[in-house]
Amino acid sequence: MYLLLVFFPLIGFTISLFFGRFISPRGTALITCTFLILSFILSCLSFFEVGLSRSPVYIKLSPWIDSELFDASWGFMFDSLTVSMCVLVTCISSLVHIYSTGYMSHDPHQPRFMSYLSLFTFFMLMLITSDNFIQLFFGWEGVGLCSYLLINFWFTRLQANKSAIKAMVINRIGDFGLALGIFSIFVAFKTVDYSTVFSLIPYFDGYSISFLQFNFDLVTLIGLLLFIGAIGKSAQLGLHTWLPDAMEGPTPVSALIHAATMVTAGVYLIIRCSPIYEYSSSALFYITVVGALTAFFAASIGVFQNDLKKVIAYSTCSQLGYMVFACGLSNYSISMFHVLNHAYFKALLFLSAGSVIHALSDEQDMRRMGGLIQLLPFTYTMIVIGSLALMGFPFLTGFYSKDVILEIAYSKYNFLGTFAHWLGITSASITAFYSFKLIYLTFLAAPNGYKSSMQSVHDAPFSMGLPLFFLSICSIFVGYLTKDLFIGLGTPFWNGSIFILPHHLNIIDAEFIPIHIKWIPFFVSIFGGSLAVCLYHLLLRLSFSFYNNTSLFIFIYTFFNKKWFFDRLQNELIGSSLLKIGYAITYKTIDKGLIEFFGPSGISNMVFIVSKQVSDLESGKINQYAFLMFICTTLLVSISLVLSVIAPYIDLQLSFMFVLYIIINNIKLNKIK
Amino acid sequence: MLIDQSKFLFVAISLFFIGLCGIMLNRKNIILMLMSIELMLLAVNFNLIVFSVFLDDIIGQIFALFVLTVAAAESAIGLAILVVYYRIRGTVSIEYINLLKG
Amino acid sequence: MLSLLITLPILGILSILIIPEYKVNLIKQVAFLSSLLTFICSLFLWVFFDNSTSKFQFIEYFDWMSLFNIHFFLGIDGISLFFVILSTFLVSICILNSWFSIKKHLKKYYVCFLLMDLFLIIVFSVLDIIVFYIFFESILIPMFLVIGVWGSRTRKLKAAYQFFLYTLIGSLFMLLAIFYMFFETGTTDFQILNTVLFSEDKELILWLAFFLSFSVKVPMVPVHIWLPEAHVEAPTSGSVILAGILLKMGTYGLLRFSLSLFPYASIYFTPLVYSLSAVAVIYTSLTTLRQVDLKKIIAYSSVAHMAFVTIGIFTFNLYGVEGSLLIMLSHGFISSALFLCIGVLYDRHHTRLIKYYSGLTQVMPLYSFFFVFFSMANLGFPGTSSFAGEFLTLIGSYQSNTFVTFLASTGMVLGAGYSLWLCNRVLFGPLTVNYIKQYTDITRREFAVLIPLLLCTVWMGVYPEIFLDTMHLTISNLLQKI
Repeated sequence: MYLLLVFFPLIGFTISLFFGRFISPRGTALITCTFLILSFILSCLSFFEVGLSRSPVYIKLSPWIDSELFDASWGFMFDSLTVSMCVLVTCISSLVHIYSTGYMSHDPHQPRFMSYLSLFTFFMLMLITSDNFIQLFFGWEGVGLCSYLLINFWFTRLQANKSAIKAMVINRIGDFGLALGIFSIFVAFKTVDYSTVFSLIPYFDGYSISFLQFNFDLVTLIGLLLFIGAIGKSAQLGLHTWLPDAMEGPTPVSALIHAATMVTAGVYLIIRCSPIYEYSSSALFYITVVGALTAFFAASIGVFQNDLKKVIAYSTCSQLGYMVFACGLSNYSISMFHVLNHAYFKALLFLSAGSVIHALSDEQDMRRMGGLIQLLPFTYTMIVIGSLALMGFPFLTGFYSKDVILEIAYSKYNFLGTFAHWLGITSASITAFYSFKLIYLTFLAAPNGYKSSMQSVHDAPFSMGLPLFFLSICSIFVGYLTKDLFIGLGTPFWNGSIFILPHHLNIIDAEFIPIHIKWIPFFVSIFGGSLAVCLYHLLLRLSFSFYNNTSLFIFIYTFFNKKWFFDRLQNELIGSSLLKIGYAITYKTIDKGLIEFFGPSGISNMVFIVSKQVSDLESGKINQYAFLMFICTTLLVSISLVLSVIAPYIDLQLSFMFVLYIIINNIKLNKIK
Repeated sequence: MLIDQSKFLFVAISLFFIGLCGIMLNRKNIILMLMSIELMLLAVNFNLIVFSVFLDDIIGQIFALFVLTVAAAESAIGLAILVVYYRIRGTVSIEYINLLKG
Repeated sequence: MLSLLITLPILGILSILIIPEYKVNLIKQVAFLSSLLTFICSLFLWVFFDNSTSKFQFIEYFDWMSLFNIHFFLGIDGISLFFVILSTFLVSICILNSWFSIKKHLKKYYVCFLLMDLFLIIVFSVLDIIVFYIFFESILIPMFLVIGVWGSRTRKLKAAYQFFLYTLIGSLFMLLAIFYMFFETGTTDFQILNTVLFSEDKELILWLAFFLSFSVKVPMVPVHIWLPEAHVEAPTSGSVILAGILLKMGTYGLLRFSLSLFPYASIYFTPLVYSLSAVAVIYTSLTTLRQVDLKKIIAYSSVAHMAFVTIGIFTFNLYGVEGSLLIMLSHGFISSALFLCIGVLYDRHHTRLIKYYSGLTQVMPLYSFFFVFFSMANLGFPGTSSFAGEFLTLIGSYQSNTFVTFLASTGMVLGAGYSLWLCNRVLFGPLTVNYIKQYTDITRREFAVLIPLLLCTVWMGVYPEIFLDTMHLTISNLLQKI
C-alpha cells in the first residue's frame, strides 16, 4: 500500500506522457486524476495507520549506490512527519489535477501538462518518503526539474523560458550547498541513512571539521550547508528571486508547486533534520534571522506589486519566512502545522486567482480588474475566505498556526525571539494590507478592464469550483480540528520524528504571555486591512495625487517594485560578470590566446621564424663562412679548455639558460635581412 | 743578452689579425681578400724567422723560404682567376659571389 | 574469447574490402553486422566474468618479439571490461548512425571504423606496455582520416593536423619513459612491472612523462584546445567515437598505468592534478556559456566531465575511483547521445550555429524529449548515471580535500546553466521560420540509435550496482599498492 502511494503518480505520468496521443486529453485527465485520488485515499489510510495509530513503516527496496561504506539504497520511511506531508501533497495535488482539467481545457497540450503534474507529485513524494539523504536529493532535484518543465510549459513565450532557467539555476545553487552538506555528513558519520545519523548526532557535539581550511563545528557546518539548500528551494532571502518569476507558468502550477509543495520541501528538510539543528545553536540563529528577514522583505515587496499572482507569490515567500523562523526558534511542530495550514489557504488563493484570470481571458494585472463581485460571486467568496485565513483572522485556519508562531517568538525572551516577533508582526500587518488591496482592486473597485474581456466573464465551471470549495472548507475548519493533534501540549503524534532539546521548549511559556501581546496580531491585521480599504476606497483622490506627484513616493515605489533591486544586483553583479569572464577572459585571452601561443599556432610560427633565421646563416659568401668558422672554433676550443677549471665557480645549467635566452631574444628581434 | 721576443711576436700576431680581419670583415673587394691572404702569409713568415733566431735553429728560415715561394705562386694563380672572373661577372664585389647560397 | 573478439573486426574489414564499391547497401549491412557481432561477443565477456577475483581473466598470450620480450598479452579485469563493451557498443551505434550521411569513399569509411573498433579492443585489453603504446597511437590514424576526409568544413584539415600532432608529441615522452623502463627491467609485461619499485626521483620523471601523454588525451586544461576543434570539424560519428571512447583512453591509462606503476609519484603530484582539474571544471564551464556552435558546447562540457574523472582518480579511495569509472561510462553514453542529437539537426539543416535554431519542440517533439533528457543527464540529474558517478567522486574527493570538492561542485551549478540555456535556446522559444525549412521529426533509425543510450543511462542511474560489483575488487586491489 505504501509503495503504491508513491508510485501511482509515476504510473500516471508514464501513461499520459507516452500514450497521451492515443488516449484523448479526456482520457489522460481521467487517468491521472484517478491515480492521484487513489494516492490521496491511500495516504489518508497511511495517516491513520502511521500517525494516529503510532506505527511507523520502514521499507527497504533495492540497493542504489553501494560502494565500500557508502550505501545509499532505495528505501522508504513513513513516520508521522512524512505521512502528514503525504496527505497534504496528495490532497493538494489531486485537487490541482481536477482544477487543471477545467483550467487547461482549451489548451492543446493538456496531456503533457497532466503528466508533468503527476511527475512532480511523484518526485515530491520520493523526497518526503525517503529514508536517506541521497534519495532526498533525488526527489529534491526532481522537483527542480519539474518546476523547470512546468514553468516552461508555454515554451514559446520568451519570458517563461527565462524564468524557468532562473528557477532551475538558483535551485541548483541551493543543491550545491545541500550536496556539500551531504558530503560532510558522510565524511563524519560514514553513512547517509537518517536513522543512523540522527542517533549519532549527540556524540558529535563539539567535534570540529576542517572545511576550506577553516575549522568549523561539525554540527553547525552540516546545519548551515543543509540550510543553503533550503534557502534555494524555499525561496528565502538571497536565493528568492526565482519565485515571483515562476509565476510565468500556468496557475495550477503556481498553486501546486509554489504554494503548497515544492517550496515547503526546504522547510521539510529543516524539520526532518531537527536532531541536527538542535545541537547547534549558531545554525538556529542564522535560520531565524534569515527567516524573519525574508518574512518582512517579501511582504514589503508584495505591497507594491501589480500582478495578481505575484502578490500571492510574495505572500508565499513571506509565509515561508514565518515557517523558517519558527523552525529556527526550535518549534518544529508549529512550523509543520503552519506548513499544512498554509498549503490549504494559499492553494485556495492561487486557484481562485486562476479562476479570475481564466474568467478575464488571461488578464493578470490587478489595476485592470474591478467590479467583479457581481460577476464572480463564488470566486469572491473563496478569495475572501482565503485572505482571512491568511491574515490570521480569529478561529480560521491561519489563526491557529500563524498567531501561535508569533506567540512563541515573543515568549523566547531573548534578542532573537523579539527580533522575529517584531518582524513577524510587521509582516502580518503588511500581509493584511495587500490581501485587502487585492480583494478591493479585483472585486470591489470600479470596473477598470477592457470591455471585450468583461463581456466574456463567466464564473468558475464545476471542475474548477469543486477544488475551491473543498479547499475553503479545509481553510476554515482544519486549523481548529487538527490543532490539538499537531501542536497541542504533550501530543504523542510526532512520535520521535521531530526532536527538540528540552531547554529549547517554550510552548508552555507561550501560553502565559501578557494578553495584550496576544491581541496585537489581530489588531495590526485589522489596521492593515482597513488602511488598505481606506487608501483605495475613501481617500482615493488624495492617495492618487500623493502617488503620482511626490518624488519620494516614486522612489519608494520603484525600490519596492523592483524587489529592492535584488534581481538587478544578481543579474549585473554575478550573471553578466560570469558571462563576460566566459567570453573575454577564458575564451579569447586564454584559450585562443595564451594556450594557442604556446600550442600549435605559437609553435608553428616560432618554427617558421627560426628556420628563416637559420637559413640566413648560409649566405653563400665565403668571408661570412670564414668568420663563422673562426668564431666557432675559438669558442669551442676555449670553452673545452677552460670548462674544467671554472666549473665550480659558475652554475653550468644557469649559464646555458642564459646563453639560450640571449639567443632566443635575438631571434625574436631580428627580422629577415 | 736577453732580448724580449714578445715584441717581435706581437708584430707577427698583429699582422696576422689584420690579414684575418681583412678576409672576414671584407664586403667590397676580392683583391682586398687576396692582399689579406698575402699579409697573413707574411705574418707567418715573420713568425718563423723570429723563432728561428731565438731558438737558434736554421729550419725556420728554410721553411720561410718555402712559404715565400708558395705565397708567390698562389697569388699569381689567384690574380689570374680574378681576371677571368672579372671578365665574366663584370665586378669584383663580394656581394655577388653567393652562388653557394642554400 | 578475446581472440575471437579481435578476429571479428578483422573479418569484417576483409569482407568489406572484397565487396565492390557500388554495392552500397551491402557494405553498410556487412559493417553494421560485424560491429553488432563484436558487441554481442563482448557482452558474453561480461556474462562469464567472475566478480569475486581481482585477477585478469580471459587471458590470451601470443609470442610476438621474444627477442625484446614483448608479447601480445591480453587480459580483462573489472576496469577494462566495461571499456571494451562501451567501445564495441559505441562503434556499432556510430556505424548505424552514419547510414545516410556519408556519401563518398564509403568502403574506406567503414574500414576506418572497424579498424578503430579493433584497435580499441586491443588497447583496453592488452597488458603489455609497448603494445599498449603502439595501439594507443595507432588509433590516431583512422581518427585523423575520419576527421580529415569526412569532416564538414575546410577547416577540418587544420583541425585534423592539430589533433594528430598534439597527441603524438605528448606521447613522445611516454615512449621515452617506456624505453627507459624496458632497459631498466628487461620486460614490458604490465603485471611484472607492477612489482618493480623505481627510485623516487626516477618515478617522478617517469610519471611526468606518462602524464604528458595522458593529459593531452584526457584532455586536461592547458592542453585541451585540440578537442573543440576536432569535435567541430569531425562528422557526427567521428565525434561520437572521439567523445565516447577516445577520451577515456587517457583516463584509463592514468588509472591503469600511472597509479599502479608509480604510486609514490602519483601521491606526490596529486596537488598538481587537483588544481588543474578544479580550474578545468570552472574554466571550461564558463567558456561553454559563451559558445555559439552546438558541438563546441558539448565538447567543452566533455572537458569539464573529464576533469571530474581525474579528480576522482587521484582521490585514492574506493569511492572516488569507482565514481570516476561511473562518470567515464556515463559520459560515454551521454556525450555520444548529445552528439547524435546534434547530428540529427545537422543532417537536416546543415548548420550548427545556435542562431539558426529556436523553438524546435513545436516541430520535433519526440526529438526534444531526447534532447531534454540527455541535457538533464549531462548536468547530473539524479536517476541518471552521471549523478551516481559525480556524487561518488565528490564524496571521495571531499575526504581528501574539501576545497577542491567545493570548486568542483560549482561545476554542478554552471553545468545546469549551460545545459539548460542550450535547451532553451534550441528547443524552446519561438520558431525561426526563416531558417528551419525541414520539419521531419526523428526517423526510426535515429530513434533506434538514441534509445539504447537512453536505456543505458537510466539503467546505470537507477541500478549502478551491476557495474559497481565488477569494479569493487579490481579497484581495491589497485589501491592496495598506494
